[in-house]
Amino acid sequence: MKRILGILTAILLIQSLIVNKSFSDEVEVKDCFEKLNRVTFALNMGLDKVIFKPVSKGYRKLPSPIRTGTSNALSNLSNLITIPNNLLQGDFGSAANNSARLLINTTLGIAGIFDPANSFGFEKRDKEDFGQTLGVMGVGEGCYLVLPVLGPSTVRDTVGSLIAMNGGDVWHNITVRDDEEYVKEFKESDYWASRVTSGIDFRAKNLEAFDAMEKNSVDLYATVRSLYLQDRKKKINNSNEKTEAMEDGDWDTLENQ
Amino acid sequence: MGILKKFFASLFLIFLFTNNSWSKSASEFIETLSAEASNILSSKLSDDEKIMRLKEIGEQSVDIKGVGLYTLGKYRKTLNNSQKKQYEELFKDYFLKSFSGRLVGYTDAKIAVLSEEIKNEKYTIVYSKLIGTSERPEIKIDWRVYTKDPENPLIRDLVIEGLSLARTQKEEFNSIINNNDGNIEVLFENLKNFVDK
Repeated sequence: MKRILGILTAILLIQSLIVNKSFSDEVEVKDCFEKLNRVTFALNMGLDKVIFKPVSKGYRKLPSPIRTGTSNALSNLSNLITIPNNLLQGDFGSAANNSARLLINTTLGIAGIFDPANSFGFEKRDKEDFGQTLGVMGVGEGCYLVLPVLGPSTVRDTVGSLIAMNGGDVWHNITVRDDEEYVKEFKESDYWASRVTSGIDFRAKNLEAFDAMEKNSVDLYATVRSLYLQDRKKKINNSNEKTEAMEDGDWDTLENQ
Repeated sequence: MGILKKFFASLFLIFLFTNNSWSKSASEFIETLSAEASNILSSKLSDDEKIMRLKEIGEQSVDIKGVGLYTLGKYRKTLNNSQKKQYEELFKDYFLKSFSGRLVGYTDAKIAVLSEEIKNEKYTIVYSKLIGTSERPEIKIDWRVYTKDPENPLIRDLVIEGLSLARTQKEEFNSIINNNDGNIEVLFENLKNFVDK
């Protein structure tokens, strides 16, 4: 554990140094590995075309209650990452709300397939992860990365994922890392099945939007990058009420030209 | 009789005067516009006819020239007059094709305007939502309305669930120019190809 923490601290330190030194202009997109990223993006698009899109289309043909139930169960599972991050971000209200949702939906909602917690007044709130928590703590996003199969990320978000896979994610701990002293029923395959299903569920919900984006972009890679980075910024700022994207001084610059 | 004539003539003039000087609020502008677009999308017109009508709406209600200049970012200062003219024409064709192409798939789009926030005399943000259906969740849409001319409000940006379309477009265009050593002609070529395909 000490070794892992040491590695993470070193990565964060190097990353923040690199970013602060090379990218003082926050407006510019920090795509330090663009050539490699574009290759990985092309690979992912190929995989999407051959595997993920056809599977997602098939998934969409399942009856709506099955899809909703699957989506609910995956969302319920994601509370295992969201709750510790609520706490780390000091958002104790959301932590309590999400803990109640996890408890009620796992039991009364039969492993999260149904969402009775909503009827009890515990409304669904935004998901949180370790990448977002690092962002809230002031860690810069660093360079943009495209990961094979997993897709868009940043150095910070990748570090966040590493934290999750090294003890931060309870679901990963009880399946992959075999923390059997608490729960013995789950296997490693359950973890990977949940990750793959989660990806397919997301893809299926966005089939038309992705098609429209692909059809109407002149540089799809740059479009996906922009949307990912904007989305992460919005999630870190928890800016649901006010639109942060509206705060863009370039509109005023335009006025003076 | 003469008095009556004068009375009605005065009423007519008052009506004309008030009607001309009455400026729509940004919310009303978005409400009218989205209702019009929704009627087109849910109609039995063919996709080609819908696209044609949507392009008309886009042309009247979006500040295409302003959005085009914004999307060039730092590169807009580098354009000479001839390039500027060429870009404006290309961007208009690109924008209208892209805009109508993205919308035409939505046959049951109903938008509810929630509120508005006047940022300054030039901009008002209108908050709205696309009503959810069994196939699609509710989607939050915010509109940046340019109100410098209150008689003729124009849309400058659409922010869908916190993601700005204008900013995305700007980063897309800038990526193309950056990756071609700042050569703006490559962007023009890309836009031409998109419009022609």
